[in-house]
Amino acid sequence: MPIDSGDTAFILICTALVMLMTPGVGLFYGGMVRKKNLISMIALAFIAFALVTIQWTFVGYSLAFGSDIGGFIGGLDFLGLNGVGMEGDGIPDLLFMVFQLVFAGLTLAILTSGIAERIKLSSFIIFGLLWTTLVYDPLAHWAWGGGWAASLGALDFAGGTVVHISSGFGALALALVIGKRAGFGQYSMEPHNIPMTLLGGALLWFGWFGFNAGSALAANGLAASAFVVTNISAAAGALAWMGASWINGKPSSLGMISGGIAGLVAITPAAGFVNPMAAIVIGVVAGLLCYAALLFRVRKGLDESLDAWAIHGMGGLWGALATGIFATAAIGGVDGLIYGNPGQFVIQAIDAFVAMGYAFGVTFILAKLVDMTIGLRVTEEEEYVGLDISQHGESIRA
Amino acid sequence: MKKVEAIIRPEKLEQVKKALEEKGFFPMTVTEVRGRGAQKGICLQFRGKKIEVDLIPKVQIDMVVPDSDVALIIDTIRATGRTGKNGDGKIFVSHVEIVAGVRTDEMITE
Repeated sequence: MPIDSGDTAFILICTALVMLMTPGVGLFYGGMVRKKNLISMIALAFIAFALVTIQWTFVGYSLAFGSDIGGFIGGLDFLGLNGVGMEGDGIPDLLFMVFQLVFAGLTLAILTSGIAERIKLSSFIIFGLLWTTLVYDPLAHWAWGGGWAASLGALDFAGGTVVHISSGFGALALALVIGKRAGFGQYSMEPHNIPMTLLGGALLWFGWFGFNAGSALAANGLAASAFVVTNISAAAGALAWMGASWINGKPSSLGMISGGIAGLVAITPAAGFVNPMAAIVIGVVAGLLCYAALLFRVRKGLDESLDAWAIHGMGGLWGALATGIFATAAIGGVDGLIYGNPGQFVIQAIDAFVAMGYAFGVTFILAKLVDMTIGLRVTEEEEYVGLDISQHGESIRA
Repeated sequence: MKKVEAIIRPEKLEQVKKALEEKGFFPMTVTEVRGRGAQKGICLQFRGKKIEVDLIPKVQIDMVVPDSDVALIIDTIRATGRTGKNGDGKIFVSHVEIVAGVRTDEMITE
């Protein structure tokens, strides 16, 4: 198929939209930490993006999309982007490569939730390179690069499993290895700037249109359908979480935006397969489920600090299962459980739980490895004065 | 009347405030401040380079109370604000000549 100028223009724009989600995550998280760690939190998102860009250029893209080796990983055919050119199937290969790159960068940025306010920057760089190579790249290959999940028929339209289950359960494993923040549970660590988190949420919601609609890889009806259900699910999630938190007290704006993100996460794998009515159900359940997961996390005294597990992990898990429930052949060519195809639900469950186990397990091992060699965590004094000063020599007090 | 100025760790504020409330001391003014004590701030050591954090964020609680309450307030702040490490803070007590209300004409001069 020759290059289509409309598709190419659309995916170029979507790529830029998704890139903006990475600093969006930085702002979303940055508002929730204490102000002595604000610069650190936003910087980590940019650093994650820059690291993954270089890794993706050298090996990452090849590991994810090179010729299949045993259904597990891609070959080294595209090492250093060798052979990735301006020609392609509808859109240039280079454009497909960079569109996939921005997803990989975002995923590592989401992971910083589990290590917020206590990670040693140098260790994050080492860990991040290992993680994106050994966790993200295989998962991307399984789903999109011709791996076993794709052969099995698992549906993941825009990365519910690859991006959200991996980063959510990865963040949980990381948090367990690095340990709680000093003083966690003894005194309150309230978000220092909620408008900043709302701004980050706005950038995420906005960028998500590129994330999901762009995953159609063409400027067509499917892209429009994905765009619409994405927005519906986000809205339903925002209202559901806000409503649930209203019962427990005041309807916080932080809960509302968290519900919006939960809705966006859950619709991600389903965006190219479900209709608007299903999107409402997916969003509402995501908002309620992720809120319950957050409450569970807090009750258990787990310091997965900024709730990537509750929102991305559990939201992603629900999204993967929901795709198997609500998929309809009228939209994406595959039917799910309620359209008389329970087999798809089983496939979705296998894919989601294998990915969950792999992401959690390998992240745990990598984190332990880095922790035992160079140490993941800053010293007690560095943590006390904050990572802005101790890791970057900067402070928002100017 | 005495003025008690207590400079404490910001993360201890909630506990100290609660303990003071339980003893019946409600009126206070709280300010975010920066400062240093005898430890001259914190010096972080890295390979080959030093970063000095010479002014550390603290919280200052100001209370004006009858002379007879001062000892109890000091005890309460010590009991809840102490970690035992450098940087727990200081309490200063000074004489107050006049306390004048704004809403009323109340005037205490002793």
